Amino acid sequence: MQPKAKKNLLRISAHFGLLIASAFFLVPFLWMMSTSLKPVTQIFTYPPDFIPNPFQWSNYMEATEYIPFFTYLSNTTIITVFSTIGVIISCPLVAYSFAKLEWKGRNAMFIITIAVMMIPMQVTMIPLFLLFNKIGWVGTALPLIVPAFFGVPFSIFLMRQFFMGLPNTLRDAAKIDGASEFRIYWQIMLPLAKPAVLAIGLFQFMNVWTDFIGPLLYLTDESQYTLSLGLQQFQSQKGTEWGLMMAVSTMMTLPIIVLFFFMQRTFIQGITFSGIK
Amino acid sequence: MKIKGDSDQPLIQESMEVPIRKKSKISGSSATGWLFASPWVIGLILFYAFPLFSSIYFSFTTYSILSPGEFVGLGNYRQLMSDGLFWKSIYNTIYFAIFFVPLSIIIGVALAMMLNMRVKGMAVYRTIFFLPTLVPHVALAVLWMWLLNPGFGLVNGALDAIGITGPNWLGSVTWSKPSLILMSLWAIGQPVIIYLAGLGDIPQELYEAADVDGASWLQKIFTVTLPLLTPVIFFNLVMGAIGAFQQFTLPYTMTQGQGTPDNSLTFYVMYLYDNAFKYFKMGYASAMAWILFIVIMLLTAVIFLSSKRWVHYQGK
Repeated sequence: MQPKAKKNLLRISAHFGLLIASAFFLVPFLWMMSTSLKPVTQIFTYPPDFIPNPFQWSNYMEATEYIPFFTYLSNTTIITVFSTIGVIISCPLVAYSFAKLEWKGRNAMFIITIAVMMIPMQVTMIPLFLLFNKIGWVGTALPLIVPAFFGVPFSIFLMRQFFMGLPNTLRDAAKIDGASEFRIYWQIMLPLAKPAVLAIGLFQFMNVWTDFIGPLLYLTDESQYTLSLGLQQFQSQKGTEWGLMMAVSTMMTLPIIVLFFFMQRTFIQGITFSGIK
Repeated sequence: MKIKGDSDQPLIQESMEVPIRKKSKISGSSATGWLFASPWVIGLILFYAFPLFSSIYFSFTTYSILSPGEFVGLGNYRQLMSDGLFWKSIYNTIYFAIFFVPLSIIIGVALAMMLNMRVKGMAVYRTIFFLPTLVPHVALAVLWMWLLNPGFGLVNGALDAIGITGPNWLGSVTWSKPSLILMSLWAIGQPVIIYLAGLGDIPQELYEAADVDGASWLQKIFTVTLPLLTPVIFFNLVMGAIGAFQQFTLPYTMTQGQGTPDNSLTFYVMYLYDNAFKYFKMGYASAMAWILFIVIMLLTAVIFLSSKRWVHYQGK
């Protein structure tokens, strides 16, 4: 075969493989969107119809009235945004000290940090709940936000790997010019680590946006609920409001999809394990 | 993440370091380092160390939110040994982990390789593969309950079309766990992203060298890609195993906390959660949490020990 023809064949088979695999990931998702637009009578037809007939956009209106959608949306947004800010402030700072500063106990602390990733959340869950209960934070969003400002081990680890890959030359030059350690971090190193900051920010954003167990534990009053908890309210004794639930799920998912689509390249660049990117 | 204990070398695994890293004499004192790390040091004590140690204590008491409880020594642990649902939940959890973890690695690596090809429209493909990860777990649970509905679900509809009568999926004791594995595999975007990043770390020169040697596509995968991806596979294996043992949201929302049918979806952490926050048996639940922790530590230790045999670091 000619090299060019072979290349074309490869490209076509690559697309073919990707398309088939995509179907597995896309179809359930499209099904969710299509259901969100179906009238109740069409939801349970068999064999299933893929295309809503007619498109019932009013499901979306109805869904936002069935649960206090905008309240839940703003609760979710507040928790997600603040905890993401927390991670972005704390993790790079800590990771920088692991990667570039020399201090007594650093390696021991780093090993502990890795070990901490292995502690199941359920082990610390009960005492933490009791602690937050004692200081009166249960029933507020604070237990879901404040810990992020003290760092998340997975994100610290990812950031450290990225900083390890940045050369020391810039830092040394700034040092000779008499810049303080914090200034070097803030003005030189942190801007260079933007892809990694973006990656940990996005990880945190996604995890918190869809978190279920955290809000389930700490948010006691319905007026504080997040969308994840709100979704559950579509399931009741009387049955499930499928269409409405799918409408809210779609609304919850779309913003992150757009975010991911535009950031995926930088996002992936920001994750490094070898530290020699 | 291999951790070395040589005294003069930093305790971190060498290949994670920059090759040209030299000890700069002008670097700041220890105080600066601790200062930078201080948020995490405080966080570690407040949110990890303190709860970790208090949960040991609780596990020896009959503590509940309502009453301070009393010290019962190993009583909770003894009681667990004869708790049928405890063993059942262990069985369910191990069943899930044994199938899910290897499958997620094989499928995850394969997907990442596909998504690492240089073809047009990759951003779109990548977004598609990542879509399910972005769907909230509660919605994911409901979506799949319905896709797998034996009466009007899409899956059995499709199977019907090719002449297969689909099983009762989530309604059957035999198929409920495979159903859960299937839907969990659907949302493996996060490890795939990490594999993708790992693939990006593999130096292009190695492939060029393999090309010069006339290596085939398959040979390149097995001699270059996979060996150099092992540190990332290792990372995802550890995280995946830990995650599998902590399966909660999907089965919990799907069965509304019941673990139906016949407790075939009662997972370890669900039972733990029920004990702690439904029956308020915090001491009992803490004992469960500690058993889980010890199991995970042992498992991680085994994976770490085995990693010497199969994880290859670049530059070694």
